[in-house]
Amino acid sequence: MQMSSIVRTTADILFPFILIYGFYIVIHGHLTPGGGFQGGAVLASGVLLLLFAYRYNESTRIVKKTVMKTIESGGLLLFIITALSAMLLGAGFFFNWAASGGMIFGDLVAFGSTAANLNTGGLIPIMNLAVGIEVVGAISVILLALLSGIKEKI
Amino acid sequence: MRRNLSIIIVILMVGMLGVIVSGISFGEPVDHPMDRYFIENSQLESGANNVVTAVLFDYRGFDTLGEAAVLFTAALGTMLVFRRRREE
Amino acid sequence: MIPEQIPYIAVILIAGIGIATLLLKKNIIKMIMGLAIIEGAANLFLVSLGYRIGGIAPIFTNAPDADMVLPTVQAMTLTNIVIGFATTALLLAFAMMIYRKYGSVEANNVRRLRE
Repeated sequence: MQMSSIVRTTADILFPFILIYGFYIVIHGHLTPGGGFQGGAVLASGVLLLLFAYRYNESTRIVKKTVMKTIESGGLLLFIITALSAMLLGAGFFFNWAASGGMIFGDLVAFGSTAANLNTGGLIPIMNLAVGIEVVGAISVILLALLSGIKEKI
Repeated sequence: MRRNLSIIIVILMVGMLGVIVSGISFGEPVDHPMDRYFIENSQLESGANNVVTAVLFDYRGFDTLGEAAVLFTAALGTMLVFRRRREE
Repeated sequence: MIPEQIPYIAVILIAGIGIATLLLKKNIIKMIMGLAIIEGAANLFLVSLGYRIGGIAPIFTNAPDADMVLPTVQAMTLTNIVIGFATTALLLAFAMMIYRKYGSVEANNVRRLRE
């Protein structure tokens, strides 16, 4: 079964905007409400829109299962490597060594109500990105597996 | 018989919840020093404006690591349930 | 009870609905839905435990000068939501496998077929 051309065209138009919104939520996780998990869920909803708008065989040509598995594993690996990087400097696991350090994501933050500055947070934005990548991979893999279990493929 | 037992269990559990909840006043949380510390020091120590993100990724990073591992394992298990078998 | 405690009354009602669904229904899909409803009640309970009257969200970006609600319970709620999602996905996969094997998701039919 295939959705009508209205649904397919709407999905094609909306997909880039959903991606942009999800990346915005992931990147601004340390400044505004949101973070890696929420932004990853938004990105995965865009993938779900594509999966439902097209036939199973067509959509799995775009959203490949092996690619999603690689993305998921890579996100978790990036998260662990980011956490391990503090141990190279002699600090403990998960120590936020880049915060207020003057380097990347290292601007100083004053206490109290401040304006949004993207260049703060130390390791937190990198971890947000890693978790966002992992969540979009995991949810897409789950959706693809559940879809492949249906006998008459939608 | 079994249905009546189920209904009695539901009433008992709801009553227990009610007893627990009736002792808590809404809007005046217990002023724990941990939460005060997070609110006052998260900006200076981790550099993040969002206190919830600072708690999630800095102070309680191990928690988030376990959470990501649970999500990874769930995806792995779902994939394993729907794997393609040889004999089919 | 006092009308100020409406969130807690809602928690009791939602948890009661979830437990009743879990115990009284025989359909496996409906039982999974009951489990998800209980998770929702737990999340609402956690969030309303940390609420402070007149408090703002614990985010310092252009924040007004007011007290903040407790941040730790909100982080725990986020953890709970993600783990609830993972368990629900796994349970739905098992339910689909049961349907494929037995042709039904009623717990009674599955048990009779096994004997």
